[in-house]
Amino acid sequence: MEKGFLPRENLSQLHAVLCQQGYKVIGPQVKDGAIVFDGLRDIADLPWGIVEHTEAGAYRLEDTGDNRCFAWNNGPQGLKPWLFKSQQTVWRGEATSDGIRFKSEQPSPQPLAFIGIRSCDISALYLQDKHFMHSAYADPWYTAQRKQLCLIAVNCSRSNDTCFCESTGDGVEATYGYDILLDELDDGYLVDVKSERGRAITAALPLQPGSQQHHKQAQRQLKNARHQQRVMPDAEQLLKLLEHLNDKHWQDIAERCLACGNCTLTCPTCFCSKQEAEVEPVSGEHHQVRYWDSCFSEKHGYIAGMQLRGDVSQRYRQWMTHKLATWQAQYDRSGCVGCGRCISWCPAAIDIVAEANLILGDDHD
Amino acid sequence: MTDYVPIRARLMVTTEESPGLATLHLKVQSETPFTFQFGQFNMLSMFGIGEIPISIMGWQDGLLMHTIRAVGRVSTAMIGMQKDQELGLRGPFGKGWPLEKFEGRDLVFITAGLGCAPVVAAINYAVAHRNRYRRIVILQGVKHHNDLLWQPKYDAWRTMGDCQVLLAASEESKRKHHWKLGLVTALLDDAEFDPRHCAVMICGPEIMMLAAMPFLQKHQVRDEDIYLSMERNFQCGMGACGHCQIGPHFVCRDGPVFHYPDVKPWLGVKGF
Amino acid sequence: MLQRPLKVAIHKLTSCSGCQLAFINQGPKLLKLLEFVEFTHFIEAGLFAPDQEVDVALIEGSVSTHDDLKRLVNARQRAKLLVSIGACATSGGVQALRNMADDKENWKRAVYAHPEFIEELQDCTAVATHVKVDFELWGCPVTQQQVTECLRQLHAGVKPKDNAEKLCMECKRQGNVCVLITQQAPCLGPVVRTGCGALCPSFGKACYGCFGPSEQPNCESLTNRMTGFGLMPNDIVHRFAAIHSQSPPYQQQIARWRLQDLEGSD
Repeated sequence: MEKGFLPRENLSQLHAVLCQQGYKVIGPQVKDGAIVFDGLRDIADLPWGIVEHTEAGAYRLEDTGDNRCFAWNNGPQGLKPWLFKSQQTVWRGEATSDGIRFKSEQPSPQPLAFIGIRSCDISALYLQDKHFMHSAYADPWYTAQRKQLCLIAVNCSRSNDTCFCESTGDGVEATYGYDILLDELDDGYLVDVKSERGRAITAALPLQPGSQQHHKQAQRQLKNARHQQRVMPDAEQLLKLLEHLNDKHWQDIAERCLACGNCTLTCPTCFCSKQEAEVEPVSGEHHQVRYWDSCFSEKHGYIAGMQLRGDVSQRYRQWMTHKLATWQAQYDRSGCVGCGRCISWCPAAIDIVAEANLILGDDHD
Repeated sequence: MTDYVPIRARLMVTTEESPGLATLHLKVQSETPFTFQFGQFNMLSMFGIGEIPISIMGWQDGLLMHTIRAVGRVSTAMIGMQKDQELGLRGPFGKGWPLEKFEGRDLVFITAGLGCAPVVAAINYAVAHRNRYRRIVILQGVKHHNDLLWQPKYDAWRTMGDCQVLLAASEESKRKHHWKLGLVTALLDDAEFDPRHCAVMICGPEIMMLAAMPFLQKHQVRDEDIYLSMERNFQCGMGACGHCQIGPHFVCRDGPVFHYPDVKPWLGVKGF
Repeated sequence: MLQRPLKVAIHKLTSCSGCQLAFINQGPKLLKLLEFVEFTHFIEAGLFAPDQEVDVALIEGSVSTHDDLKRLVNARQRAKLLVSIGACATSGGVQALRNMADDKENWKRAVYAHPEFIEELQDCTAVATHVKVDFELWGCPVTQQQVTECLRQLHAGVKPKDNAEKLCMECKRQGNVCVLITQQAPCLGPVVRTGCGALCPSFGKACYGCFGPSEQPNCESLTNRMTGFGLMPNDIVHRFAAIHSQSPPYQQQIARWRLQDLEGSD
């Protein structure tokens, strides 16, 4: 289908249509110095004129004063916190005079429409789908919310210094998984529709036909965005990480690594969780609660009387070799989508791309 | 089967096997029959204390048996439970020993360390279905003589027909009747079985599994006839929580009983 | 599982009494707590019976005076289990900063109107320096949830579950934007034990470490990183010389950056 064009002054209608169709609209906003996805009341709250500058261990916003609201690339989180929640009660229990009773925790999904999701986030979503939804034990909370997502993606018009999605095969251009795709141009938005859900929305928008100029500009922007500083080795190369398990470099990383777990919790594909038995202090009700966990935590590799990964070097190695190499056997591709979050949000400024290249490089150790 | 939400299991009897080791006999409060394979595990939970994976020991007189060693907070609390107290139970999870596939073969069990429930469960099964298998060889290594749990079971197996029980103690200075000094691997040379028609089931520390492999090779046992029961941190039992991964495998889902060729590259690799 | 309430004494050594408030401020939860806990000695709540035999002695405060030490030994003798609660009891607390002072007599005169009444020990130390401690609850102050959970598990007959996870984990779960990354703030989150609910970072402020060192704290790397944010050695010393200055990992950094400071000023 031909792409339509939505003039910038009509963007608010996209928001209005989503609301009319019963979606809660989630959009990017500036919060605490970052681009954060949250309930979007008005398109005026979008990050107009804002771009971010990232490097290893740093993230800074700049107000360029221009008229775009999607010129940034990403913030500390993608879709993960909305589907795989950081804290999820898995069951409730009650002690009665006649033994114990269990209650399941019903999912409480709501129709959510995300505006501004990027190609890397969609790839990550599909990887999490494989893990949480397409398994023998589909996660009920993830699955219920997943079925009620409307994704309005945006192609990236630039790349940040920490972006490397082109080398992971995910790319700056969204090619699947969205309902509606926007290219943000000087005077408005090129609008592409992929799904019935999307068509129901665009049908209610005052779309004009996209001009050749519009298409040309969109292509130019994509070409510009494809210039990325960092290059992750390809999948086949990454498998060779497993031949470097005894590399001295893991120890060198461990000297810097804080084992704080930030890389894993900002990673849009990391899926580890732990469970805790809790008691509500007043009612006495018992809750089994699932929390985000990290392979950098001391207890992650602990079983009664035995610590499998006592050294931080082993934990970093577990994280990197799983994400980039053994993940391929689990889910048919590497677990990295090139969003660069683990690089920019690492308090110790560790750069996974640089480290992987170093370990795979010929000329060291 | 129950996955996310536990069902109730009422403690009917606790049998003390030895100090700090007890078998709980549980009445599973479920309308559907509880079916399982030996080598699979359940997630058992106590309100306000926690949930732990425990290998299934067997089923007797309508009760599910779990042998638990008091090693941590939760397991200690569990073996101290009173009759009629209830636990939460999710499971069974994972893959067990493919014991039906082994019919008509010699069975070789190798274990080391303190009580290895998955192997004992499999031995119990083989003994209960004695006519389906040929020779049974049981090799067990411990540090000290007293570390051998289930002593009466071993004595009973020893006197059973066509069953060889070999024991080794690594940290004793004196030899005792029926015992050899040294590691369990040293027993392999005395084991009498047909390496071309056998199934070897190993449970215990990975370092022991690794050490056993050259001996098995020497005796012409093929890799594809070897099965291992692995242990990792299980939080969910469903291959979701990520804690139990060893290389590409989720031990709770792809194991805990593995066909040796599948985990061979990862066995004993420190940090995995 | 105890079939009767757990007998608990709360002993106060040198402290601000803030940790005792974690019990008193609970409201309706306190009534629930009293279903399985019987307090025998609890000064802040008006109960005085320090010599009574108990199941659990909770110790608040550091050992700073001769009298503290005497009372601590007595508390230990009369309790089956001893739990130190709060920063003062677990690592010496703020008052342990005096251990680092070059001129202790001047400090004393600066602080007290009548220094002659103060019979302090040479150093201000944690409870575990003097007696066997069965469990520690970190935090300045400890939280209601911490104390309740600990007593509930002790009543159930199990060892309380420890959580020395890094604060970053909880901070990320709450969806906070990292202040260390966006503001280059000297946040101690990566080396601090969880428990506070990431209170400061959720208000955009850097963690200053009131829960003490986490599991495997890599303070060496974090402080190296802080110099990159423009912190001078003395700034780093002040970051760590606060509530848990006597905890070994923080002590090490104080010593390391003090030395750097001296070398830099030469």
